[in-house]
Amino acid sequence: MRDAACAAIVDRFREDRRTALVLADISLDRLEPAFRHDPSRVVNVGIMEQTAVGVAAGFALEGFRPIVHTLAPFLVERPFEQLKLGFGYHRQEGLFVSAGASYDYSKCGLTHHAPGDVAALATIPGMEGIVPGTAREAADAVRRSHGNGRATYLRTSVSENSTEWELAPGGLTKLRTGAALTVVAVGPMLDRTLAALDGIDATVLYATTVLPLDAASLVAEAAPATDVLVVEPFAEGTLAAQVSAALSHRPIRLVSHGVPREVFPRYGTVEDHDRAHGLDARGIRERVLALLAA
Amino acid sequence: MLMQTDEIAELGELMRLATGDEKHEASATSTLDVLYVLYEHVLRIDSANPAWEERDRFVLSKGHGPVAYYAVLARKGFFPAEELTRFMEFDSILGAHPDRAQVPGIEASTGSLGHGLPMAVGIAYALRAKGLAEQRVIVLTGDAELNEGSNWEAILHAGAARLSNLTLVAIDNRSSSIRIDPIGDKLTAFGWDAAEVDGRDHDQLRDAFERRGDGPTAVVAVVRS
Repeated sequence: MRDAACAAIVDRFREDRRTALVLADISLDRLEPAFRHDPSRVVNVGIMEQTAVGVAAGFALEGFRPIVHTLAPFLVERPFEQLKLGFGYHRQEGLFVSAGASYDYSKCGLTHHAPGDVAALATIPGMEGIVPGTAREAADAVRRSHGNGRATYLRTSVSENSTEWELAPGGLTKLRTGAALTVVAVGPMLDRTLAALDGIDATVLYATTVLPLDAASLVAEAAPATDVLVVEPFAEGTLAAQVSAALSHRPIRLVSHGVPREVFPRYGTVEDHDRAHGLDARGIRERVLALLAA
Repeated sequence: MLMQTDEIAELGELMRLATGDEKHEASATSTLDVLYVLYEHVLRIDSANPAWEERDRFVLSKGHGPVAYYAVLARKGFFPAEELTRFMEFDSILGAHPDRAQVPGIEASTGSLGHGLPMAVGIAYALRAKGLAEQRVIVLTGDAELNEGSNWEAILHAGAARLSNLTLVAIDNRSSSIRIDPIGDKLTAFGWDAAEVDGRDHDQLRDAFERRGDGPTAVVAVVRS
């Protein structure tokens, strides 16, 4: 997914002379063609993420369409105020493509984890958030969002779905219709969620745009049943406010199933962390069954 | 002591139009002479066309105490001086920190410290990418603002990248709670051409701002009164 996103970034860089690329010593090999194409529009500031986003804001203030790419904690959390001021308050356009979602860098420990990225960005007015589930979706998202006139966060991850789906324009796509409950599966959570729902009569909505969540589609497509489960690859409850607001016209019982908001000082593999947090198919199914039985 | 010229006296009168507890008097007066010299003698700007593409860019990174900045902009005709009487009012364009969406001639909204210099580096790159070789970007920070690490990242990068269209003016009025001077020596160590001048002496300031080399330049404007 990261490779596909970087290739799409290079394509946009070549196609659009207003593209500026700002890097912080990450993915230089993948993005090297941009340096060769037009070094005046690409800057590697070094390991300086606050400066990277500030530099991107400077490009934006001069009419460029900057793209910034680095790892999620260093693209969102460290330069958060630069994003808020330089792009949110200034209402500037920029595309922020992260790698290393949640605990993708599980072996590096907590300093390289960022499950709170989307929740933090949700507080910036106008910020768009895209969480693709496949490499193709990531590349398409780069092409679709770059040049859209707004600030967009694109969250790539090492976890991917195996199936390509035709996505709805608003980024909330109905894949199955069922009566027992509504399940919203976000980005790379889809495959495991579908596996977890084997034999369960659920409506399944696939969310790839999460900021904003397509409220109109959620209202139109959600099952009449009260129970709603959100399976999210980031901090548990990140989308709860949006789902609650969208469905506020009727009673619901909302359960958020994501990365627990706790310090989890473990290493190991991504799969180890998925299992520990109940974010594998088995854990998701247990949560669904518990919800239906309660 | 302010350097008493007619123009400075006029600016002082304009500043007195603004009142309020967020005026940051000391901060505002510390920048007055530098801002006057920049807007009177250095920057190529057009108040009738603030977005003139071939203008020089100025970023007041130290957004605190912008009343002197507002006075200078008003005197140059960016907006009517009467606006200063509405400083910080609900519907005023002039707040305690400058807002580029509200005030003609302001390049960046600032107030959070440590944002302007990295933005200025980006603007310097952007000017270069646009082929605007003669234009320059000048960014003003305070000595206390230089506590913020983001400034030193930008200073390190700009020095290494030899951004000759970038000038930093650091107002040193010893407002930093930790010892940071001599600022010029630190900038020199990062590859900048730095000069220390009396921040109230207009001739020294003009000479310092005229320096252009093969890398970024800095003017440390010492203000002790």
